[in-house]
Amino acid sequence: MRQRRWVTALVLTFALALVAGCSGSWAHTTPGVYTVYVGEPQNALIPGNTNETNGGNVIDALFAPLVTFDDQTLDPTYDGAAESVTSDDRITWTVKLKPGWTFHDGTPVTAESYVKAWNWNSLASNSYVNAFFFANIVGYTDLQSMVDGKPRATEMSGLQVVDEQTFTVTLKAPFAVFPITLGARAFSPLPEVFYDDPSAFGRKPIGNGPFTAETEWTRGRGMTLARFDEFKGGVAKAPGMGFRVYTEQSTGYTDVLAGSLDIMVGLPEDARGSAPATFEDRYLTRASSSITSLGFPLYDPRYADVRVRRAISMAINRELLADIIFDGSVTPAHGFATPVVDGFRPDPCGQWCSFDPETANKLLDEAGFDRSKPIDLWFNAGSGHDQWMLAVGNMLRRNLGVDFQLRGHLQFAQLLPLQDEKGMTGPFRAAWSMVYPSIQYYLNPRFGSAAQPPNGSNTSFYSSADFDAAIVKADGAESIPAANTGYQAAEDVLVTDLPQAPIFIGVVQAVHTTRVTNVKITPFGGIDYAGVELLEDR
Amino acid sequence: MIRYIGRRLVMAIPVLLGTSFLIFAMVYALPGDPIRALAGDQPLPPEVVAQLRAEHNLDEPLLMQYLAYLGQLLQGNLGTDFAGNSVAETIAQRLPITARLAIVAIIFEIVFGITAGVLCALHKGSWFDNLVLVSTTVLVSVPVFVLAFLAQYVFGFKLGWFPVAGIANGWYSLILPGLVLASLSMAYVARLTRTSMVETLGADHVRTARSKGISELRVVTRHGLRNALIPVVTFIGADLGAMMGGAIVTESVFNIPGIGRAVFDAVRNQEGPVVVGIVTMMVFFFIFFNLVVDVLYGVLDPRIRYE
Repeated sequence: MRQRRWVTALVLTFALALVAGCSGSWAHTTPGVYTVYVGEPQNALIPGNTNETNGGNVIDALFAPLVTFDDQTLDPTYDGAAESVTSDDRITWTVKLKPGWTFHDGTPVTAESYVKAWNWNSLASNSYVNAFFFANIVGYTDLQSMVDGKPRATEMSGLQVVDEQTFTVTLKAPFAVFPITLGARAFSPLPEVFYDDPSAFGRKPIGNGPFTAETEWTRGRGMTLARFDEFKGGVAKAPGMGFRVYTEQSTGYTDVLAGSLDIMVGLPEDARGSAPATFEDRYLTRASSSITSLGFPLYDPRYADVRVRRAISMAINRELLADIIFDGSVTPAHGFATPVVDGFRPDPCGQWCSFDPETANKLLDEAGFDRSKPIDLWFNAGSGHDQWMLAVGNMLRRNLGVDFQLRGHLQFAQLLPLQDEKGMTGPFRAAWSMVYPSIQYYLNPRFGSAAQPPNGSNTSFYSSADFDAAIVKADGAESIPAANTGYQAAEDVLVTDLPQAPIFIGVVQAVHTTRVTNVKITPFGGIDYAGVELLEDR
Repeated sequence: MIRYIGRRLVMAIPVLLGTSFLIFAMVYALPGDPIRALAGDQPLPPEVVAQLRAEHNLDEPLLMQYLAYLGQLLQGNLGTDFAGNSVAETIAQRLPITARLAIVAIIFEIVFGITAGVLCALHKGSWFDNLVLVSTTVLVSVPVFVLAFLAQYVFGFKLGWFPVAGIANGWYSLILPGLVLASLSMAYVARLTRTSMVETLGADHVRTARSKGISELRVVTRHGLRNALIPVVTFIGADLGAMMGGAIVTESVFNIPGIGRAVFDAVRNQEGPVVVGIVTMMVFFFIFFNLVVDVLYGVLDPRIRYE
């Protein structure tokens, strides 16, 4: 009996020694594969049904877009699958594909691969979240209207295959920046095998991009990908990559510190201040496409006077907010677009988006604003908006002498329907990010009269004939630069009416380990996966 | 005995039906429109919304939705989430991981908790007894996420003894999260064992055993511990049932793709079938482990009979 106790003691000591002896070797890396942080994608990995960042990141590694963009000037370039996208009248566009491109399964990428995929994405019976991308193509309405549980048509009349490498797209109205929209992932082609079993495809997609899926997507874990050697758009530098699913940003960050995870985009709040010093040249930033504004409920008589909206906008010190509350992880917004799109101007808003409490008070007096009633500030709960909204409220109280009330008790699922039903009783958080890098995307979908809920995201219920006319004029412009000038004129109308007060533009922050180099943030806020170089494993 | 177990299992059916309906009603009662939230800032076309609502029976009244769900369930179909993933598959993928984590945690609970409790009872008032008293108090009072981040930082990152997160190193990756998950219950088990042991060690039959000259080890294990274990087993059984439902905090911090995180996400997205499927399964486990505990009583104490 005595002996047995000794044995137990020995085993325990041995076990402890074993644990201690293994110190330092638990960083988990796979040779030839660099790993990237990702959250759980919302939907199956089908380009037409993925409109959030997590799934989008994976799609970006598996699929190549038709049109690409210059990293600095953001002008469209043709380093993707398309040779050219041209039109004489900005209504009928001819897309010419580069020859020799194949899917990961070896089948050729043809005009048919695009046309068939776009029709599929637009079918109401498939209920894909990216169907709206195709809304300006002739025939889209027929695919979206259901008769006896079936769509009226299964093919858009506006899409015509000319030959193996060419197809034409006929739009409902002229749209000068159409080639730019083709940079979005919703326009990706699909191979024939997709239609056999879309849901199996969604777990292990077969794309035309720089990486091919080696494993199925496992929820909660991720996927491993291998370089696609026959890729015609510039073969990836690393032999393989992996997406690792995390639920906690701070866990991912610690994993990067420990060397078990190579690249992470988006940092946990508490690391924002210290990351630049910790990672030095392995810390990257770039302006993101996300802009956050205070939307005004234009249907509420209290905010119907433009002087009131201007006063509120001018009472907010955007610079202070960005520095103090956000630790520099956002930059002040002085316009309706972001620096990652063609057509962006740094300060179109001018004095109306600059901190000037004196003028603000004068405007408020002129408008006869009732200062005794608090200003309601609306935002969705549980997403970390409380702090900056509180700061905005305090600025309004201090600078305008009006009390405020935070209305941040509703979850997204409750707040959105309320917004659609004109239920906002004060300024509300309005956020937007692009799906293709044109200033157009920041204007018409948010402020066009036709985009009022339930048909769009014009939650301020802004309606201006001047604005709509300016958009139509720009859409029909001769060239993309001319269109941009037109969109800027539309933006100027917004500045005059101020249906929303732009507050800040997001900044993408990323860190990576010493195992990888040449890590670059794209204008879309993702990583250029093909460009990442994997250094010799330690 | 078999009849007893059979009767208990039959009794579980109305309990499962009742709880699943309650859960269904609760998810149904959550305010807001889950389909609208799916789309986020860029709203879905109305046609797509209508299609999704129809697919998930969201326009039907509560009772109809529940009956449709039950009908599917009887055909062995647990339904799908909004993304079209089958709930059964989600459970099959995540449950083994949660089960492994629970096993590791229970082993820690049993080994450290009971050992500490027994040693404390044997050396009442000693420095060891006081040490356990203080350390269990600390474990009980520190929130589990603080403990999790602390353990992860110290043992995972600073010392590098364990992987920081994930399950890439197999069972070894589960030691640290298992320890964190077990910490609170370990403290309870130690205290429970100590109290119960002190009581039995003072009982008449133990004194008799000692006076007969039986070795101390045998007295402690056979006559003391075996009798003292009944409340401890009850606690551990209930705890195991709870752990099979997943540990949301521990799983999140250590990035373990278990069932806890799945149910958390499902509640946030108001995905009725997923929540009901997983929670009903949790209830079943709870009932099952309680049954196991009840059967174990008979093994520990032959005087307990089942009718």
